[in-house]
Amino acid sequence: MNAEAFYQDLLKYLKDGLFQKASHQPTPVYLVGLAIGGAWLAERLAHDLSLTQYGVINVSFHRDDYAEKGIRAIETANTMPTKLPFDVTHAHIVLLDDVLLTGRTVRAALNELFDFGRPAKVSLMVLADRGERELPISADFAGCIVTLPESQILVLERNQTNQFNFVIEERN
Amino acid sequence: MVIDQKIISTTNQFNREGKLTHLLTLEGMPKEQILYILNTAKQFVSVTAPNREVKKVPLLRGKSVFNLFFENSTRTRTTFEIAANRLSADIINLDIPTSSTSKGESLMDTIDNLVAMQADIFVVRHNISRAPIEIANHVPDYVHVINAGDGSHQHPTQGLLDVYTMRHFKKDFSKLKVAIIGDILHSRVAKSNIHALTTLGCNDIRAIGPESLLPSDLAKDLSSLGVKIFHKVEDGIKDVDVVMTLRIQKERMDQGQVPEGAEFFKQFGLNRERLAIAKSDAIVMHPGPMNRDVEIDSAVADGNQSVILNQVTFGIAIRMAVMSILASN
Repeated sequence: MNAEAFYQDLLKYLKDGLFQKASHQPTPVYLVGLAIGGAWLAERLAHDLSLTQYGVINVSFHRDDYAEKGIRAIETANTMPTKLPFDVTHAHIVLLDDVLLTGRTVRAALNELFDFGRPAKVSLMVLADRGERELPISADFAGCIVTLPESQILVLERNQTNQFNFVIEERN
Repeated sequence: MVIDQKIISTTNQFNREGKLTHLLTLEGMPKEQILYILNTAKQFVSVTAPNREVKKVPLLRGKSVFNLFFENSTRTRTTFEIAANRLSADIINLDIPTSSTSKGESLMDTIDNLVAMQADIFVVRHNISRAPIEIANHVPDYVHVINAGDGSHQHPTQGLLDVYTMRHFKKDFSKLKVAIIGDILHSRVAKSNIHALTTLGCNDIRAIGPESLLPSDLAKDLSSLGVKIFHKVEDGIKDVDVVMTLRIQKERMDQGQVPEGAEFFKQFGLNRERLAIAKSDAIVMHPGPMNRDVEIDSAVADGNQSVILNQVTFGIAIRMAVMSILASN
């Protein structure tokens, strides 16, 4: 499933909406992507919006399945650790992720973010919302709504020219 | 990380599923397991990044870590304490000399009582070699034991933090030349380092010290591991990338076994002139506590090639990694 249209919608929403409004406000706005798919989004959006920086959040240290999955739960931290090259305190943080499902990753991301300071505001924007929430969390922007059986996962891929595509895989 | 059955049968640090459940020795520990611990530790270094206001993660929340130090140690005990705190575990320090063992309670009775108090991890330092192995054999499956130094046997977390430090500064173990100077005989640190370095592919390790600290049977054992023996610092230190100096462990020696203070410094102390024979970018390491002007000159210990304080910092990340890996297995 091609995800380019969803990306373009998100870009337009940020450019004409949020950043337009923010230009009249004193609060700085920073894009922060959740590793790994959301970080790809943040990287491309920062480029397309001519932003000088963006952040990455790795939720590994705050995952709630450590007892179940053990140390494997934190393995992704090795490839893409949290990097917030700005002061998050008093800033408007736009969290970006590829897919929103249970909301548990976003909960962990909020914990990780607040370990670095106290933002003025946090928004959440995703390319795809699968519903099926297990926590009271919702997105401020979703590129599309997708209904899939629980046994399947929606995986974001990016090609060499940074174009996005969704593929459906069976959960192991 | 699962280790095959052959290795499990030779040590009790892996459980039946091949997962690391205790950390007792680096001898025979497979390369992939060592690398797994080092890579996990790398993630934990970021927990103390300057812009992270909360330098703590919740991974071991609700777990209890008991520090059982039957032998004095400030540094190692403190770094385990800090590591447990940064993982949000509860840490309990037991002051052994004043506790029940001095009232006649046996070691295993003490352990049983602590298990009944819901201990999850024991960090054990003992002056008797292999005591932590005995404790690991005694405790139930869900309790984990970390050897924090046993007699002159092993000090695995120190060995791991040392190879972590070497990898941080020097990257490739296969090209590394490492010199270890001083009290090899009594050093569990040297033994853990030699095992880890050999496993990681380092094939130029040199042990330098007086004959009294490198007696023939030890020299034979070391030679069988590929370690070269030297009795003059100037001979052994040539072209090395890493110089590790060790503390002279007077408490484990007979009088007159080694030249005292100033005399040892003259013969084996690491000074600027000797360090100049090593590679110009060689790093200087010491596991601490240091005896300045005995095994190392202050100018070298505080010089720009010294990574002694980096070792301390990395030691916390290594201990966080070990505790979180064991607790999850």
